Amino acid sequence: MTPEEEAEYKRRQRSRNLVVAGALVFFVVLFYAITIARLGSQ
Amino acid sequence: MSLLTPQPMPQPSGATAMPAEWRDFFTLTKPRVMTLVIFTAICGLLAAPGSIHPVLGFTAVLAIAMGAGGSAALNHWWEADLDAGMKRTANRPLPAGRLRREDARDFGMFLSGVSVCLMGVAIGWLAASLLLFAIIYYAVIYTMWLKPTTPQNIVIGGGSGAFPPLIGWVAVTGEITAMPVLLFAIIFFWTPPHFWALALFVKTDYAKVGIPMLPVVAGERVTRNHIWIYTLALAPIAIAPWLIGGTSWVYGSISVALSLLFIALALPVARRNAVMGAGVPMAEEKRLFKFSIVYLFVLFAALVADRALETSNIIGPGLLAGGVF
Repeated sequence: MTPEEEAEYKRRQRSRNLVVAGALVFFVVLFYAITIARLGSQ
Repeated sequence: MSLLTPQPMPQPSGATAMPAEWRDFFTLTKPRVMTLVIFTAICGLLAAPGSIHPVLGFTAVLAIAMGAGGSAALNHWWEADLDAGMKRTANRPLPAGRLRREDARDFGMFLSGVSVCLMGVAIGWLAASLLLFAIIYYAVIYTMWLKPTTPQNIVIGGGSGAFPPLIGWVAVTGEITAMPVLLFAIIFFWTPPHFWALALFVKTDYAKVGIPMLPVVAGERVTRNHIWIYTLALAPIAIAPWLIGGTSWVYGSISVALSLLFIALALPVARRNAVMGAGVPMAEEKRLFKFSIVYLFVLFAALVADRALETSNIIGPGLLAGGVF
């Protein structure tokens, strides 16, 4: 793998990791909000 | 073709050594199709009698969108070899070699599983069961089984697009009644004239890869007859929510006007004998296709507006509103 390919490899991995991290944070917040909403309706 | 084994597609070398871009995973979810899914799901949700907490309403729409995205990814996985043989789809992530085929399958399975669990836990298991059935309907019954085997594939495919408003409605009410079934039926009967009108003036490569589309298999005359029959069947179904008392005259008058216009535009298409590529402009067919999009959007928007007007007591309820519908 050339240095350019390695840099591209890392860039892609980093961007995917960021998207996965963002999705995880989103779902943590969503499940918290769902819990509050469901508790409120009972 | 075997039901459980996708046809082999040669994996490009080199390109798959790189991790796929997240955008390619996003492309697998067919974002453009998803906008219609989200719109009709929101309409089903807002038109349903009763109320839902905004967070839960958002979650229901998100789960429906994720389910649609998951089944679309499974569709990409299964049809990668067909996509590679068609100009329109050859640049999709799988045939272009930007994504491994098994990654698309795993992504689709994961998204589908999460969407059903999310719907079940947050909203209810009836809506989750419908979502699961919709995913199986699109990914297995339509994509793997009937699309490659019958020229009525557009009719069957329309069923998968018809689930979102039904699920949206059930997410609010928790039960299946006549009204959400009618919303399902509207999209089901709307899909054939919509897509076959398009098929009359846009040449696709489906025949090249062995997909039996009606205009190719049965000819343009039969396709025009089918457009006419489904348009006539659609009209009473679109007006039915008003006829059974599920909506007020506002939706009723809009649906009658739209349906009459649909029939008026479908009639010249049904009577013509113009053939694509024969140097004849396909103006009538293009007009019908464009109008069909407006038709669906306005019809569903009218349904929501009708409910909003009724809720704010600007108009009276439908004859039987508040009852079983």
